[in-house]
Amino acid sequence: MTTRIDTRFAELAKQGRSAFVTFVMAGDPDPKTALDIIKALPKAGADMIEIGMPFTDPMADGPSIQAAGLRALKAGMTLKKTLEMVRAFRKDDDTTPLVLMGYYNPIYIYGVDKFVVDAKTAGVDGLIIVDLPPEEDTELCLPAMKAGLNFIRLATPTTDDKRLPAVLANTSGFVYYVAVTGITGSASADSNVVGEAVARIKRHTKLPVCVGFGIRTPEAARAIAEKANGSVVGTALVDALKASLDAEDRATPKTVGAVADLVAALAQGVRGAKQAAE
Amino acid sequence: MNPSLPNSFRSGPDERGHFGIFGGRFVAETLMPLILDLEKAYADAKADPSFQAEMNGYLKDYVGRPSPLYFAERLTEHLGGAKIYFKREELNHTGSHKVNNVLGQIMVARRMGKKRIIAETGAGQHGVATATLCARFGLECIVYMGAVDVERQQPNVIRMEMLGAKVVPVQSGSRTLKDAMNDALRDWVTNVHNTFYCIGTVAGPHPYPMMVRDFQSIIGIETRKQMQEAEGRLPDSLIACIGGGSNAMGLFHPFLDDPSVEIFGVEAAGHGLTQLHAASIAGGRPGVLHGNRTYLLMDDDGQIQDAHSISAGLDYPGIGPEHSWLHETGRVTYLSATDDEALAAFQLLSRLEGIIPALEPAHAIAKIMELAPKRPKDHLMVLNLSGRGDKDVPQVGDILKGKKK
Repeated sequence: MTTRIDTRFAELAKQGRSAFVTFVMAGDPDPKTALDIIKALPKAGADMIEIGMPFTDPMADGPSIQAAGLRALKAGMTLKKTLEMVRAFRKDDDTTPLVLMGYYNPIYIYGVDKFVVDAKTAGVDGLIIVDLPPEEDTELCLPAMKAGLNFIRLATPTTDDKRLPAVLANTSGFVYYVAVTGITGSASADSNVVGEAVARIKRHTKLPVCVGFGIRTPEAARAIAEKANGSVVGTALVDALKASLDAEDRATPKTVGAVADLVAALAQGVRGAKQAAE
Repeated sequence: MNPSLPNSFRSGPDERGHFGIFGGRFVAETLMPLILDLEKAYADAKADPSFQAEMNGYLKDYVGRPSPLYFAERLTEHLGGAKIYFKREELNHTGSHKVNNVLGQIMVARRMGKKRIIAETGAGQHGVATATLCARFGLECIVYMGAVDVERQQPNVIRMEMLGAKVVPVQSGSRTLKDAMNDALRDWVTNVHNTFYCIGTVAGPHPYPMMVRDFQSIIGIETRKQMQEAEGRLPDSLIACIGGGSNAMGLFHPFLDDPSVEIFGVEAAGHGLTQLHAASIAGGRPGVLHGNRTYLLMDDDGQIQDAHSISAGLDYPGIGPEHSWLHETGRVTYLSATDDEALAAFQLLSRLEGIIPALEPAHAIAKIMELAPKRPKDHLMVLNLSGRGDKDVPQVGDILKGKKK
C-alpha cells in the first residue's frame, strides 16, 4: 500500500533533494490558530507535517514542547479534535503527508481499532509513537500497518547494529533518527556524527532516513539535509510560536506568520543543500 | 472472582514483563537497550550466590534487618478485635522500607559499572535511602522531587543534601511525584551512558516492577518466619498502604499462594473518592504511563489527572502493574482511606503505641481501625508499618494547629 509519505519521498528523490519536515502541536495555542498554521506550512516550504498529539506527560520532550502540549490541552484539545483538524486540512490539501506524533495512552483510551480506522479515514498517513518500542508491536504498530498507516520508528544513538533489525522490522514510510540522546529541544546535532549514523542505518534498510532532535537553524537544517533524506524541526517552530503569543498565551495576529516565516527560512536552508543523501 | 485464575499468583511476570494485561515496556527507543541490559544484569545478579551473600551482609549490619514483628497490644485492646502485629519497617536505617530496594538496585548498578545514580521521590523516603546508599558507596546522586513535595517534606530535603545528593525541584505539571518521575526519565534518556535510574516503587518498565518486588519481598519472608515463631502459624490477614505499592508488594508477595491469608491494600482517598484523591484502583482504569500498563487516574481523552493525598508518598495517579493484576484477579482487596482518616490514625497510634507513623502507613492504620473490630480475637492481622513519621511532624503540626484555630 502506497501512502502519501511514499509518494512524497519518491518525488523528492527525482528532484534530488532532501525533505523538510515540520513539527507543530495540535491545538497550540488554540484549535483554530493551529489549523491555520498547519494550512500555511506547505506553502512556506514544508514537505511533510508532523502533528503532535498533546499529552499531559510527554516523557521524551523538553520544556518547549511540554508547554505547547499543555497550552493545547488548556485550550480544550483532544485526540478527537486532532483528527477533526486533519480532516479540515485534507479538504484543501490531498498530497502533503501528515504524521501524528505523540504518546500511546490517549490512543489506547480512544480505542486502538477505532483509532487506526478514524485516523486513516481522516487523512493521516503515519504514526510516530514515542513510548511504543518494537517489543510492544502488537499494541498499535501491527493494527496500524493493517489499516494502511505507516508506523514510523525512532532509531537512536543507543540503537546498535544488533538491535537495528528489530527496530526496522515493522517500520514503514521512513526511519526517524533521533540525533541526540536526550529530549526534544536539548543539545544540537553534530552533522558529521549524524552522517555516520544515517549511513549505518542505510546499511540495514532501503527506507528514507529523516533526522530530528537538535536542529534549529537553516544552516543546521542544510547540514543535515546533505547527510539524510529529511530533517525534522520542531522545538524551534514551537518557540517561534510561543514568542508570538500575548501575555496570557493567546494567539496574536503575528502567530501564524511567525511560524510560517521560520519554516520558509528553514526550507530555504534545506533547498540550498548540495546534494541529498542517496 | 475472575474465572481464569492462575495456578500461582507468584509466577509473574512473563518474559515480556506482563502480569496479565498489565506491565510491559512502554519506553522510548533510547531507553530500550538500557532496560534490556538491566534485565540481563539483574538476572545474572540473582543467579550469583555472592550477590545475595553480600546483600544479606548489608541488610543485617547496615540496614538493621530483620525488622521486628511487634505485637501492638494497646491498639489491639483499643479496637477489641483482631490481634494486631506491626512489621516494623520504620526501624530500618533511613526510616522506611525504601532502603531494602535501594540497596539491591545500587548493588546491581555497581555490577553494571554505573557511577551516576538518579531517583525520583515523593515523600523523600526513597530519595533519602538513595542518597544514603550513594554516600555509602561513593556514587553521584541526583534526586528529582516535585516542588510541592520539596515544600511539604523539608526535613527529608535537608537530609538528602546532608548526604551529598543534589535535589532538583521539579516545576513541571502538578509538581509532585508523577512529574518527578517524568523528569527523572528525561534525565535518564539524556545521560544514558553513565546513569542508573533507581526507581523507588514497583512500577516503571519491566524489569523494575519485578526487581523492586524481589528486593522488597524480604518483608514478607521475614514476617512468615517471625509469625511462625510468635504464634506457630500463618497470619490471617495482611494490610499495607499503597502509592506505587512497593511496601505492600514486599509484604504480600510471599503470601499470595496461601489462600487462607486475606490481603488488603489501602490507597489514598485524599479529600474523598468523589473529589481530589490518589486512589488509582478505586477511581481509575487501565492505561499506559511511565513504562507500564496499569490502573491510572485520567480523563476521557487519556490525559493523566493530578492526584491528591495529604501524604506525598501516596500522591501518584498510578499503581504498580502487579497490583492492578492482583485487583483484577481478586486476590487482593483494595480499600482507600481519606486524608482525615489518616490524620486521625496518625494521632491515635502516636498516643496508644508511642510510635509516630509516617502519613503513608497511617492510611493502612485507618483501615485497621475498621477491619480489626469486626474480626475475632484469635485473628492474626499484620500491618506493614512502612515508615516513621519524623518527616511529617512539621506538616501535621501545622495542620493540627490550623484546625484548632
